[in-house]
Amino acid sequence: MTSRLIGLTPSRRTVLGGLAASGAALALPARFASAQSAAPIKLGFQLHRTGIGAAYGRWYERTAQAALTLVNEAGGINGRPVEILFEDDGTDPKRGAEVMEKFASQSNCDAVFGALFSHVVVGTAPRAGELKMPYLVCSEGHHVASGKMNRWTLQPGITDVKSQVQAMAPWISSTLGKKVTMIFPDYAFGHDHRDAFVPAIQAAGGEVIEQIAIPPTETSFTRYLPRIPSDTEVIYHVMVGPAVLTFVKELGEFYGSGDRPQIFGFIDSLEAVNIASPGLEFLEGTHFWEGHCRYLQEDAGEHEATYRAAVGVDDTGASLADAKDVSTYAHMFSVWETLFILKAGMEAAGYQGPADRQKLVEAIEAMTDMPYGIEHPQGAKTFNGKTHQVFGLQYISKVEGGKLVKVHTTSPEDGMYPDEADYTSMSF
Amino acid sequence: MTGTATKVWALHLGVLAALLAAQFVLPAYHAGNLARIMVLAVYAMGFNIAFGYTGLLSLGHALFFGAGLYGMGMLVALAGWGAGAALVAGIAAGGAMALAVGLLALRTAGVSFMIVTLMFAQAGYLTILYYTPYTRGEEGIVIDRAARVLLGFDLSQDIIRYFAAFALFAAALLVKLALVRSPFGRVMVAMRENEERSRMLGYDPFRIKLAALVVSGIYAGAAGAAYGLLFGYVGASFASIQYSILPLLYVLLGGAGTVLGPFLGAVLMFYLIDLASGITTAHLLVVGVALLVLVLFAPKGILGALRDRGLKWLP
Repeated sequence: MTSRLIGLTPSRRTVLGGLAASGAALALPARFASAQSAAPIKLGFQLHRTGIGAAYGRWYERTAQAALTLVNEAGGINGRPVEILFEDDGTDPKRGAEVMEKFASQSNCDAVFGALFSHVVVGTAPRAGELKMPYLVCSEGHHVASGKMNRWTLQPGITDVKSQVQAMAPWISSTLGKKVTMIFPDYAFGHDHRDAFVPAIQAAGGEVIEQIAIPPTETSFTRYLPRIPSDTEVIYHVMVGPAVLTFVKELGEFYGSGDRPQIFGFIDSLEAVNIASPGLEFLEGTHFWEGHCRYLQEDAGEHEATYRAAVGVDDTGASLADAKDVSTYAHMFSVWETLFILKAGMEAAGYQGPADRQKLVEAIEAMTDMPYGIEHPQGAKTFNGKTHQVFGLQYISKVEGGKLVKVHTTSPEDGMYPDEADYTSMSF
Repeated sequence: MTGTATKVWALHLGVLAALLAAQFVLPAYHAGNLARIMVLAVYAMGFNIAFGYTGLLSLGHALFFGAGLYGMGMLVALAGWGAGAALVAGIAAGGAMALAVGLLALRTAGVSFMIVTLMFAQAGYLTILYYTPYTRGEEGIVIDRAARVLLGFDLSQDIIRYFAAFALFAAALLVKLALVRSPFGRVMVAMRENEERSRMLGYDPFRIKLAALVVSGIYAGAAGAAYGLLFGYVGASFASIQYSILPLLYVLLGGAGTVLGPFLGAVLMFYLIDLASGITTAHLLVVGVALLVLVLFAPKGILGALRDRGLKWLP
């Protein structure tokens, strides 16, 4: 009886064991919660590592890594470390959508960003909407602001082509000439330029006197050049891809050493290409739009040097490690800025995990002013939450001595246009 | 039913049953992948009817896939058609395009046929770019979510999408199985093996090959139209040369002239790319090496090799 009672009495070992077990059980939720809050924020990066966008992809990855380092050094997001999962989309819309599914369903990412090429963005956005994944694109396309995407797709890191072209027109008309001949690729990218520039130059007192649409399969442009009217004052070109080198060479041969119209182009054609390459001498004295000045300018902002050092770019826009490796400097800032917007959005939303993705989108939609700083080294911007599109500065540079020298900076207002959509009225 | 027939039906119905069950047991990511793979496998099955069974090596099947994709997509986006009618139109567009191309291209054979079909497909791709004001060219268009409702089912929902893809795949598989086991299917194989002897036996090779190509085009068109509806995107890249090569790779990997080969090839190729891309940036090299190994050691594809080594009943 006694022994049975003793047996029921807790021994020291039992008590200690029980206490230890209780303590462990009590500590579990705390440890779990701690692990939850300390778990990294996972961001998916849709990377054009292969395919037609590979030159951009290489630099976008470096830029994202550099921004990530800075974000983590500054304490991450909401005190949590951040990691980026890079996945090659082959610059292909089918693979782009698959990569989005991988980020959402397998990796359980908190948000996805980084895509540049329009067809990848347009092919991926429906899946982002269905998977309810914040999808922050860096594509310049007008498809976001035009209302063709969905509530989950935003473009807060770079202006769209309509805004860029519209901002160029007044300066072209007032400085270079009023009679413009456009030479553009005969597909969506070129059509966007045509559709935006023709009314913009008219509003600025100029006119497009000829539109020369080049079929995408052309490798030689000689037969199109005689169509440039003799009274052309400005040639506006937006050729892209490897053919641009041939285009410039043949344009140079067409005009020879005689008088030529002023020439204005978009640097998209020559991203990752050394402007002083043999064959590009004809570009001397011509003008380019730049999203961000490739060559370090005398009046560069206070954060320019820090940004260049972080992304590994020298004063000429080439890699610090290899001077032949020219960056896609005019565009890649969008990746940097988008990561900082994600940080700001998550912190504003008190983001805890994927259940808060909607709050993140709403927090970004609520953003307006994005002042110049290390988070926005390209320049101050204004975000339009209704259209999911940011507006900002544009730069015009002139090729002088084989370098791009900035001659004009537009204001954000130059590129603004009436809203064409209101995503905030759409459901999630 | 003979023993062979029992095995054949058991295998194929077993595969379908496994796919039906897969939705309930696979993680969301892999279930989503499988939905996409089933649609692409329908495309590859169509290619296999032309190439694997009839011996028509086309390098222009993206034209038929694109016809289905755009036949459906343009009607939904520009004319406001419902998903069901547009799907039927897309399937018809694939078949009609194959008929038109076949009437001209089947005047050639062998390498010439490859080149002619390639050129037709390239012309189709450039036509899509040419009409950019309507098609948005290489950028493509989004099929509005509200328009992706078929018979009351919202195709943008994961489960619905899976079962819609499964229904298409199952129908395509069973029709193909019946086709290749039918007298017409045997004549198709006869065309592949010895066209002159078939002609001597009284068959008209042109008609037989044209019919096979049209069936192949219907499959490709169905896959294209379904892809656009299920995944909400219609773009010119799907009509590019890359998408003519894709079903060829699936079929070569899985086994040309086998009913299940295209599906097996599609599954393996998808996951080869998916897994390799997670390990190395040179994932396309991995795919290339895998194909080289296959050509060297199993030139008839996986199921073709199995058929040679014991499973002679495999259709």
